[in-house]
Amino acid sequence: MTVIDAGPEVDLDDRPIAHRQADSAGDRFFRGLSTGAAMVSLAIVLLTLFFLFDRARPALSSSGYWRFLTSAVWGLDGKKYGVLGLLENTAIIALIALFIAVPFAIAMALFINEYAPARVRGPITSVIDLLASLPSLLYGVWGLFAFRTTQVKIAHWFNHNLSVLPFFRLSANQATVVGSSFEAGLVVSLMIVPIITSITRDVTSQVPRELCEGALALGGTRWGMIRDVVLPFGKNGIVGGILLGFGRALGETIAIVLIIGGVVFKANTHVLAKGTGSIAAWIDIDFGQAVGLERSALVACGLVLFLVTLLVNLIGRLIVSRTAQ
Amino acid sequence: MTLDLRDIARLEPDDEVELVSDEARKARSWTRAEFEDLAVSVVAATAFAGILRQVLGWNGIMGTAAVALVVFLAVFYVLARNSASNEIALDRVVTVTIWSIALIITGALAWMLIYLVVKGAHDLTPGFFVHDMKGVGPLNPGGGVKAAIIGSAEQVGIATVLVVPLAILTAIYLNEIKGRLAWPVRFIVDALVGLPSIVAGLIVYSIWVVHHRFSGVAGSAALTVLMLPYVTRVSEEVLRTVPDSLREASLALGAPRWRVIMQVVVPTARAGLLTAVILGVAFGVGETAPVQLTAGGSDYTNLNPLHGQQADLPLFVFNLIFQPNKVDNQRAFSALLVLVILVLVLFVAARFVSNRGQKKLRGGR
Repeated sequence: MTVIDAGPEVDLDDRPIAHRQADSAGDRFFRGLSTGAAMVSLAIVLLTLFFLFDRARPALSSSGYWRFLTSAVWGLDGKKYGVLGLLENTAIIALIALFIAVPFAIAMALFINEYAPARVRGPITSVIDLLASLPSLLYGVWGLFAFRTTQVKIAHWFNHNLSVLPFFRLSANQATVVGSSFEAGLVVSLMIVPIITSITRDVTSQVPRELCEGALALGGTRWGMIRDVVLPFGKNGIVGGILLGFGRALGETIAIVLIIGGVVFKANTHVLAKGTGSIAAWIDIDFGQAVGLERSALVACGLVLFLVTLLVNLIGRLIVSRTAQ
Repeated sequence: MTLDLRDIARLEPDDEVELVSDEARKARSWTRAEFEDLAVSVVAATAFAGILRQVLGWNGIMGTAAVALVVFLAVFYVLARNSASNEIALDRVVTVTIWSIALIITGALAWMLIYLVVKGAHDLTPGFFVHDMKGVGPLNPGGGVKAAIIGSAEQVGIATVLVVPLAILTAIYLNEIKGRLAWPVRFIVDALVGLPSIVAGLIVYSIWVVHHRFSGVAGSAALTVLMLPYVTRVSEEVLRTVPDSLREASLALGAPRWRVIMQVVVPTARAGLLTAVILGVAFGVGETAPVQLTAGGSDYTNLNPLHGQQADLPLFVFNLIFQPNKVDNQRAFSALLVLVILVLVLFVAARFVSNRGQKKLRGGR
């Protein structure tokens, strides 16, 4: 460390010197405690994953691993199960929810960041945060008892006026429009608006303010600034946020159970007609009756749901954290 | 050169640009004429939709409101287009559209809460809190949420006692110790934040409940699996906001790492950590699916979380809402109102703690 008056030929290493860990007993104890806690968390997760695989195996091997993913049957010959129809209906509900939620959520984020007067900003942020923390039971009960009459009218209107689109058609035996994918999707959309809003807010608030001010200074309107500066800048992060909302919609249980009541195992592309399903809802409805192989099949359903949401969430999280840097 | 707005990011300091428009405008305020346009459009749209409603005999309020909104936006655009360029008219229409969407979302929240208060207030008597459902027939009056409140408190309480030390120590491991396993632990935590709640219940159900029956602690276990990653993640983000200068100053003063963490980092982040825990509790107490598969629900008060089925608030609501009689449904609405009030109280508490913490952080040290 006698650097100060050394001559120019002394080899000065300009890399930072590694900070030497102090080795006190307290340090070692604390490090051990915290590492231990992290390991316990890790172990809990790995153990549960292992058990999930383990409990799902009987049904998976009796139905065939590939057949389980690519067929839409439940309890055929008492030993064949398939998750495809449930998975497709889950995705249909989640996509409807996204379709409705995305424009609303992005508009909400822009409202909070760009449009709301300072006095409104705090309360409207609370509205979004509150929507995120209310129990899904409330959404389900509201959807079932309060929103249903409105939903029926919307569904009939779509059916009458937009039946050029095949998925808005009802066939002769599909007279009922309650308990449809559309209804479930509408309610779930309200639940995922806060997730997409908060992530869109985070990424669009990182747009360098000079760029926005430059756009306004050039005579651009506020919408022009948003369209040409804010949204292109935040594009990736918004996509990540949408994926996280999608993941949440895929795993939603209670609100969907309350609204659809029961499930069908075949994919139903008539989104206005009664008869849909979701993996989470089916687990919730069936676990009480299921024994033996069927219980194992439910665990296998849970495993598929877990892996799908895991994939969607991780991609979403990755995109969002990339954008944040 | 004429500049498109999207080229701004690519501008060099010496570039010469032409203005897109040479009208001077205040970006953030509206002129009187614009407010007049707004008022005219509102009146015109309301009148138009109202007349259509009378003539065509619509009976719903929602449909009329939707038509009014569309007409309003169209009229407003035409009026704006009358006095300004297309770009400016578009901007005004987008502004009112975004305001309308904010109102719609706020309206949906208000609708849910007001609906619940109207439906649920009826049974909220003191007796509702001190009775359970033991021996209460479906059509009998009386009964209440005593068992459910005790069950919720025990299940969420045990889960919280398990989660808080684990989550905060894990967050410290991730952000302060930065051990070799930080990467896999963070990956797992991230992965589990989006775990569907039903899967958490299913895991505990298939491992424990099928052999040992429903119980309160099984519910706690499922809630722990759900709350742990959530609280860990939020805590880690809170720790990350503690300025490095504080850590460096303490280390430079010769403090060992553990004292830096316990006496500088954690106290600085205390308000944020407390907020994380409160939000975690609010999240846990409202979860239905996991406790359904683990705690099982019960009409009786069961003080022992280790043994026997136990009620809790979400299960109470879920089990009675589907009963085909008004008395039980009424109880379900009232219990849901109790649950939502509980969540609201936690929400406000979290807000309060976090605001005070931020003020402290800004105000001094």
